[in-house]
Amino acid sequence: MADMKSNSAAPIIEAKDIVKHYGSVIALSGISMKVLQGEVLCLLGDNGAGKSTLIKTLSGVVKPSGGELLVDGKPVTFSSPRDALDAGIATVYQDLAMIPLMSVTRNFFMGREPRKGIPPFRYIDFKHCDAVTREEMHKIGIDVRDPNQAVGTLSGGERQCVAIARAVYFGAKVLILDEPTSALGVAQTSMVLKYINHVQQKGLGVIFITHNVRHAFAVGNRFTILNRGKTLGTYAKSEISIDELQNMMAGGKELQALSNELGGTI
Amino acid sequence: MTEISRIPATSIKSDERMKKVSVLTSLMRRPELGAVAGLLMVVTFFFFTADASMFSLSGLMTILAPASQLGILAIAASMLMIGGEFDLSIGSMVAFAGLIFGGLLVNFGQPLWIAILFTLLFAAVLGAVNGQIVIRTRLPSFIVTLAFLFILRGLTLVGLKWATGGSTQLRGISEAVGDTSIASLFSGLAFQGFFAWLAENDLIEKFDNGVPKVAGVPVSVVWFVGLAGVATWVLLRTRVGNWIFAVGGDANAARNSGVPVDRVKTGLFALTACAAALVAIITVLDAGSTDARRGFQKEFEAIIAAVIGGSLLTGGYGSAIGAFFGAIIFGLVSIGLTYTKFDSDWFQVFLGSMLLLAVLFNNFIRRKVTGER
Repeated sequence: MADMKSNSAAPIIEAKDIVKHYGSVIALSGISMKVLQGEVLCLLGDNGAGKSTLIKTLSGVVKPSGGELLVDGKPVTFSSPRDALDAGIATVYQDLAMIPLMSVTRNFFMGREPRKGIPPFRYIDFKHCDAVTREEMHKIGIDVRDPNQAVGTLSGGERQCVAIARAVYFGAKVLILDEPTSALGVAQTSMVLKYINHVQQKGLGVIFITHNVRHAFAVGNRFTILNRGKTLGTYAKSEISIDELQNMMAGGKELQALSNELGGTI
Repeated sequence: MTEISRIPATSIKSDERMKKVSVLTSLMRRPELGAVAGLLMVVTFFFFTADASMFSLSGLMTILAPASQLGILAIAASMLMIGGEFDLSIGSMVAFAGLIFGGLLVNFGQPLWIAILFTLLFAAVLGAVNGQIVIRTRLPSFIVTLAFLFILRGLTLVGLKWATGGSTQLRGISEAVGDTSIASLFSGLAFQGFFAWLAENDLIEKFDNGVPKVAGVPVSVVWFVGLAGVATWVLLRTRVGNWIFAVGGDANAARNSGVPVDRVKTGLFALTACAAALVAIITVLDAGSTDARRGFQKEFEAIIAAVIGGSLLTGGYGSAIGAFFGAIIFGLVSIGLTYTKFDSDWFQVFLGSMLLLAVLFNNFIRRKVTGER
């Protein structure tokens, strides 16, 4: 297993031997991975490899059956997504990130509404919220004329970016992105990838889940390949090529054979 | 760094395809727009067809009294609908809460304030049970509360016969209440002094002996207006309001963002049941008795009022003020037809058409709002 060379800093988040059973189904059988500050770790794997279960474990949606989770070197247990959020782990789900019928502002502050006034008459400070939303959107290059427009009016790429911007604004240390590009067109994908790059430069750790090797290679520093609930290995970008990555992800030989059959197009 | 890595202007959506937000568009975004338009339509209709006395002060009170009782239910129902759930048991809950309330007063001889508190508390618990069943089983609330529609209605019958020794009507409530100041919060007329003053100064019609023809506003109307105001403020300005929209819009996304989805939904079910109990208390005190048919079919009327008020059946969108207008439209149509030459049998036809129109309109608006094409 090729691990990193010289980075001595403690990982922001580390999973050790995470096991998860659903009844008699073993979804994860001893996964270990870590993310350092300012790096993009790509989690690659085919359907059923255990990607979603791993994210759900990291983001507090499900409790692992075994293993250890460390944030900044300290062991933690999450009993709800709220706990993970409070620990600085924010997850952006593929299509569950935003509520289309609600305004951009309301979405942006959902679950973390800043309030004014004396209880029980506290109310959301919408003036402040609208201003923040407009500014944060401007930073990522989405010009929201009216922060009260519904999120449904934004494009898929913009929605992903808003969700990421929200996580960053609320002080996430680790950003988990669950297939943020899988439903997007080319232009919108590059918009999201650029933004991931931007977030990384700000010093956040990013876990980027995808099954598109090209997208992974565009922004990733290290690549962890999952297969059938296990890690097949973690590789730095310099240690592996796109093709090798693709083959490992699909479980090797069969795909290679199929690829040859189809004229090398997979 | 922020500057450098900013996404280039080409992908910015500030382009010419985006028109400036017009007043019309921002108006269109208000869920209650349909209800206001509907209200204008209905008022215009009656203005030309109904007897002028309909729009007198006493005519207005005649309309507002039933509208307000329905409205209290509709406001709660609309909040629950925005939260993505239904409660079909509220009509039965009115009857059941009426039984509990009447039983406490008459059979157990409790003072009024205890009866009121206990009835509200009991309803809240029942509502929460409803909510918990829906949340834990993940069954549609439609089915779970449909079951409670029958269970509670049946229990009311059983309970009434037990409490009265065989009758389906429990009497003697006025006598049991006696004369307490708390009663005036839930029954009778409000602002009587003000109306007397208005009559004195010839601002409103009065009888020859100086007593105003309309002595005050029914207390239920005051509750109705107050609740509409509070509910609107909660929905539009508070954190809980944001959570209600969120859980109805997409419960998973809300949960992932740290919104306590189960608590919000349970709270909404409890609130709806409490609204039903409040209506029970008000109507039972006014009538001085309670019976098994109290609140019959009110669940449908409340949902209709909420839908006319712009709430989407799928949740996540709607308004309390819309339900307020929806209930008034309901009252206008149900009472208003008696002021016209039309047979009041037309009421249901009218109502069904209003509902259909409202749903079509809401659907159109939702597509506008979300930019669906």
